[in-house]
Amino acid sequence: MINETMNAIIKARKSRQRRYIFVTVLLAVITIALACAMMMLGNTIYPVRDVVRVLFGETVPGASFAINEIRLPRTVAGLFAGFAFGAGGYIFQTMLRNPLANPNVIGITTGSSAAAVFCIIILHTSSTVVSLAAVIGGLVTVAIIYGLSKGSSFSIGRLILIGIGIQAMLNAFISYLMLIGKTSDLPTALRWLSGSLNGAELEMTFPLIVAVIIATPILIYFAKHLEMLELGEQAATSLGVNTNQTRAILMICAVIVIALATATTGPIAFVAFLAGPIAQRLVGVGFSNIVPAGLIGIILVLGGDLIGQFAFETRYPVGVITGIIGAPYLIYLLIRINRKGDI
Amino acid sequence: MPTHTFETKHLQAGYDRKIILDDVNVRIPSNKISIIIGANGCGKSTLLKTMARLIKPESGDVLLDGKSIHKMAPKQLAKILGLLPQSPIVPEGITVADLVGRGRFPHQSVMKGWSKKDYEAVAEALEMMNITEFADRAIDELSGGQRQRVWIAMALAQQTDILFLDEPTTYLDITYQVEILDLLTDLNQKYGTTIVMVLHDINLSARYADYLFTVKNGKLIAEGAPKDIVTAALIKETFALDCQVIQDPVSNTPLIVPIGRHHI
Repeated sequence: MINETMNAIIKARKSRQRRYIFVTVLLAVITIALACAMMMLGNTIYPVRDVVRVLFGETVPGASFAINEIRLPRTVAGLFAGFAFGAGGYIFQTMLRNPLANPNVIGITTGSSAAAVFCIIILHTSSTVVSLAAVIGGLVTVAIIYGLSKGSSFSIGRLILIGIGIQAMLNAFISYLMLIGKTSDLPTALRWLSGSLNGAELEMTFPLIVAVIIATPILIYFAKHLEMLELGEQAATSLGVNTNQTRAILMICAVIVIALATATTGPIAFVAFLAGPIAQRLVGVGFSNIVPAGLIGIILVLGGDLIGQFAFETRYPVGVITGIIGAPYLIYLLIRINRKGDI
Repeated sequence: MPTHTFETKHLQAGYDRKIILDDVNVRIPSNKISIIIGANGCGKSTLLKTMARLIKPESGDVLLDGKSIHKMAPKQLAKILGLLPQSPIVPEGITVADLVGRGRFPHQSVMKGWSKKDYEAVAEALEMMNITEFADRAIDELSGGQRQRVWIAMALAQQTDILFLDEPTTYLDITYQVEILDLLTDLNQKYGTTIVMVLHDINLSARYADYLFTVKNGKLIAEGAPKDIVTAALIKETFALDCQVIQDPVSNTPLIVPIGRHHI
């Protein structure tokens, strides 16, 4: 009897595991295909052979400049920023058990942008300092939202509403800075307002690459703890999770990668918001979906960028495209929540 | 069956600097079912949560086998002491077997998948709670009584020697209340699990408890076997309720019959 039950459980779990692996591999393949498309497509279309030759250091007339200087930085920025937004957003949504609780909606990316724009327009600092300020801005915003929502008892609904309020304040602050700023500073500052892969440079992407490479294994290591946190504070504690420590580690890692991604590409609208729920749909629940969510993030960014570049007569930055996809989903979620009656 | 000593020493605890428990000393009898009763807001739930390390005491300590639970590694402690909270959260769409499997967390190393022992523990817990047929179903589809059995199965899969439950029968129909208490008694008899729970129903408590604790205003006012301590005077003191105590014709334990202002 017990063996029968055990075999049934093993079978069901193995089949879910197979689905997880299948979906993850499929997403990885799509990611690679999109990255190839990013490298091949442009004003001139170069075949894979030329792209590979350029990447291995050969000089191909015409192709070398376009690929090394424009397409490669664009693709790399898209890959890492997409992963950072997707995985970071998923961490927030899962930890706070609500799809609305993500960096786009509760104003963490706006916190990074505000700090960066302040450094550019008022302090005129170097781009390294701007990136650092973005990270600190993100962390401080989280700390403020978290502190204000703690009150007598912590409530996630309150956290989301406070986050939306803080975001409105930060947006007003950014608008003010843009109004008083010098015209010459505005193009740099504008980068922080809407997500775009235009003008991406490899050196600027470097801090993000390092952060993603360091943070991803940490996030995966804590994936199981994250699953326990989903059951609520009390259940997680009694299962042996140090909830405060786990939450702090996960949140800091997620905020750092998201802030650096924002520093690289600007806040690409709704990627952090959409990636988690899409991954959950495709993979199913019961497994930690950090990697699938990261891959979906990449697909949204690279796919959105390709659509923005080639689908219309005017070229649109990726943030416009993801914004168009994301906004209806946000409205759908709000309607559904309205029906259920809680945030 | 493993025995443990579990006691609190001069426990003071509460929320937001408001002290709810005041100098509570309890000693939980090993391998028995203990039930904590008391009026709403008396601190019984706070006592349970403080003993299960969900609330850090202001002063005093909670000792497991003589060691402070706040000085033990969380995962080590979670192998001995489990708690089923009053309202745990169901992750959307999760299946019964996966949820029960989360009880295995303290036994698993972080990067590894499930071991044979994990599968065994989950299967055993599902069978004990009679929920094998739901193993692959989403929790959202189950009724309240079935859900509660799933949560208890999760606590069982944790395989702790001591299990705390915070009002495990609240919101359930009487049929399911009795069913849950029967299942917990099975668990106690089969594995010798020390069970400590907070319950609202005095009569069911008197029937199912080996040992009762009554709490009033954050203080322990009586403890002992139900037949030794449940008297009209104690109920009056604990709940401010007049009653007659008669013998439960089914279990021979004390049965209280409340006296209100009408129908006398």
